[in-house]
Amino acid sequence: MATITMREALSQALWEEMERDEKVFILGEEVGLWGGTYAVTKGFLDHFGEERVRDTPIAEAAIVGAAIGAALAGLRPVAELMTINFAFVAMDHIVNQAAKLHYMFAGQMKLPLVIRAPGGGGRQLAATHSQTPDAIFAHFPGLKVVAPGTPEDAKGLLKSAIRSDDPVLFIENATIYQMRGEVPEGEYTIPIGQSKVQREGKDVTVVTYSKMLAYAQRAAEELAKDNIQIEIIDLRTLRPLDLIPVLASLKKTNHAVVVEEGWRSFGVGAEVAARIQQEAFDDLDAPVLRVAQKEVPLPYNARLEQLALPQEADIIAAVMEVLR
Amino acid sequence: MEKSENLELLRQMLLIRYLEETAAELYQKGKIGGFLHLYIGQEAVSTGIISVRQPQDRIITAYRDHGVAINCGIPAREVLAELLGKSTGCSQGRGGSMHLADVSKNFWGGHAIVGAHIPIAVGLALADHYQKRDAVTICMFGEGATNIGFFHEGVNLAMVWKLPILWVCENNRYGMGTSPERASAVSDIISKACGYGMPAFDVDGMEVLAVREITAKRLEEIRAGSGPQFLEVCTYRFRGHSMGDPERYRPAEEVTRYLENDPIRNFKKLLLDNNFVTELEVEEVEKMVAEEIAEAVKFAEESPEPAEEELFKHIYSEE
Repeated sequence: MATITMREALSQALWEEMERDEKVFILGEEVGLWGGTYAVTKGFLDHFGEERVRDTPIAEAAIVGAAIGAALAGLRPVAELMTINFAFVAMDHIVNQAAKLHYMFAGQMKLPLVIRAPGGGGRQLAATHSQTPDAIFAHFPGLKVVAPGTPEDAKGLLKSAIRSDDPVLFIENATIYQMRGEVPEGEYTIPIGQSKVQREGKDVTVVTYSKMLAYAQRAAEELAKDNIQIEIIDLRTLRPLDLIPVLASLKKTNHAVVVEEGWRSFGVGAEVAARIQQEAFDDLDAPVLRVAQKEVPLPYNARLEQLALPQEADIIAAVMEVLR
Repeated sequence: MEKSENLELLRQMLLIRYLEETAAELYQKGKIGGFLHLYIGQEAVSTGIISVRQPQDRIITAYRDHGVAINCGIPAREVLAELLGKSTGCSQGRGGSMHLADVSKNFWGGHAIVGAHIPIAVGLALADHYQKRDAVTICMFGEGATNIGFFHEGVNLAMVWKLPILWVCENNRYGMGTSPERASAVSDIISKACGYGMPAFDVDGMEVLAVREITAKRLEEIRAGSGPQFLEVCTYRFRGHSMGDPERYRPAEEVTRYLENDPIRNFKKLLLDNNFVTELEVEEVEKMVAEEIAEAVKFAEESPEPAEEELFKHIYSEE
């Protein structure tokens, strides 16, 4: 096992897939000469050239639209959106085109397309640049939505996304590019649509993903001091959603907390909680609790921003409450 | 041009006209659901354009797509079956009137969000450029689409990347009920393309041979590496925008004036006046087309609905 950062994991996945398959190419704002806004594609232009590493105008509908067209015509584009907040500008192409064409034309059109987009708050970028709108995209059948929380998963899942014949929105978190973690040596992939038990425990099932995974892991360390063992399940993929490990875990813990960075209303936690009560009602000793972002547009001021974002302490408090 | 080529152009235009008239009747009988946008009056546009494309050239268009589908070679029976929502339709009853396609014929669909297929066309052409294929993407849209951001993002990027695309703006005078004079800062549409430094042309869309000739020239230049070009085809929609159109936005005299300039009548007259074809040959084509449509209606009506287990099929390619 090697220890690398999230950024390196993503970069390695892209590099290896571009080496493996000439049909894979990258397009987006500042992916080439600049080397990627978050440096994920640093060095790619020199190695792969301008045909395969394409800087685009600041025009997200054109970026995603062109990626869709190229995918229809047999290439495997990886479109980078500088942030997921800009995905709203390309919303029609993501949800009305990418997610629909395969179905609407009865399978004639394949879309082997990846849209990478970092999101998340906590960097004092104010309300328009700090969102975690993952649940919105997970709403649409036809799209796959992946959001890894470790370098190992990021690398393996990005490779699977690139090899997938379906459109994949690959959501990264801009604050964890420096997070380090172990990755297997050599070639590996991780299948889309499989949740994973990231920590075993017997008292409470904590369901989470992306950046909040690390928060849950730190909360687990604290709770362990009080002899509370939480089991952490990392969704990794939001659509298709795999709750089998969650339902299995509940048989043991009988308590669940769902943790997400985005807003609570109509969020990932809402979906998971609804499914749990429907499919595992008899396993529950208490209502499912949710930890999420407070329902405000994120402010610039650092103290206020952190007040709005879910924290490790919120997870601990929710676990204590669900057990009470 | 050979006689057979002229007769083929006439056949395709008539096939579209008869298909559309039949579709209108079926709609009124309640057999077609949703929206129905007829191509009547615009037959010379797609017929002229598609008659000179090479098999490797891709076609993509907006939601007024029945004519384009016919010209691309989708049988009338598959078009009508799709309008009736049948499993034998070209999109197996999932797409309906606005979403006809047959990828095997390089027809990449009717697309119903105005202008959204314009950036998609950029990607189709990019793939051909990337793989060094000798293909041009022909992207058709209405003049109303030139006011939406997708158009500007798409034509700009195509020009920046010098991609092999022919942009075809079918100017039928109204985006639903709004004329360019009321919706576009410049009612002279080709000046928009000029603004992106793109060679831009216009042509009378009521004359199929004129459309054909200028398209052939544009495709030749694009294939030789000119980068994208823009063609405005001036035409007119004889019927309403869709079936529920009160047509308060255009005076009856205007419609009457354009009806006098019917592209099919124009072409028939040209063929007969110059003795390119005989009356008898025209009648034979008309008869053949009428029979084809009658057979297509029968086929569509007798075809099965999609099975219930089809509902969840094709959401993803990896099931």
